[in-house]
Amino acid sequence: MIEIPVEHGLMIAAVLFLIGLAGALIRRNFVYILLSIEIMLNAAGFAFVLAGARWLQPEGQVMFIFILTMAAAEVSIGLALILRIYHKFKSLDSDKADKIKG
Amino acid sequence: MNTAFYIASAVAIAASIMVVSRKNAFSALLYMIISLLSVALIFYLLGAAFIAALEIIIYAGAIMVLFVFVVMMLNLGEESVEQEKEWMKGGTWIGPTILCLILAGETVFILAGSEMHNTISQEIPPARVGLALFGPYVIAVELAGLLLTAGIIGAYHLGKRKKIIHHRYLKGGRT
Repeated sequence: MIEIPVEHGLMIAAVLFLIGLAGALIRRNFVYILLSIEIMLNAAGFAFVLAGARWLQPEGQVMFIFILTMAAAEVSIGLALILRIYHKFKSLDSDKADKIKG
Repeated sequence: MNTAFYIASAVAIAASIMVVSRKNAFSALLYMIISLLSVALIFYLLGAAFIAALEIIIYAGAIMVLFVFVVMMLNLGEESVEQEKEWMKGGTWIGPTILCLILAGETVFILAGSEMHNTISQEIPPARVGLALFGPYVIAVELAGLLLTAGIIGAYHLGKRKKIIHHRYLKGGRT
């Protein structure tokens, strides 16, 4: 199919991960933080699939399926928490939710 | 085909930058879908066609639809865009961005300086993936099932509203 240096793929995965990390650090809205976490998980999965393609082994794709499952579970819990926090604080500001007790 | 890989990567990176910098939640979600689709294209080019399909069906389909539903339920309108502008104004985003740029530059520099290993992608059929999944990794599959069950129960518990029963004598009493 394609012939590329595996380092280029790793660079792209690292850049995608760091974009997600920067997004999670700079945004204050919960929805964006969760989206940034999705970008980071996707970049990690990309690195796995790339490694699997490099060594022609199916393990990379297996790991991606697990990451996908984990992301689905994480998003459902995270979005339920976001709705709960929005009903309680009437805001999506992550700074307002630092007193989570009670 | 190699150009397709680099074009898809550029699109993915550009769309991801747009996701973290948009002020309207809906446009951020749509950019996220573009980013996921371009990553799916990269997966296809790497010979993981099954994973590309999963990426589109589960990530861009199910998970993003969940996000869209929640954003619609939250009723984020004009005032939330104003709020985002207010939050972004203070220059608080500069610090994390510079640090991440330094890290990204360093990673790219190290990887570009090292010896390149050309990889010729070759299709790994889904049958091999399935055999690995239900052969040596069957415990992990069961753990993933457990995780999903925990996710369902947790989402149900968190999404449940407390019923407020307004009784004639006990005003606002909770049961």
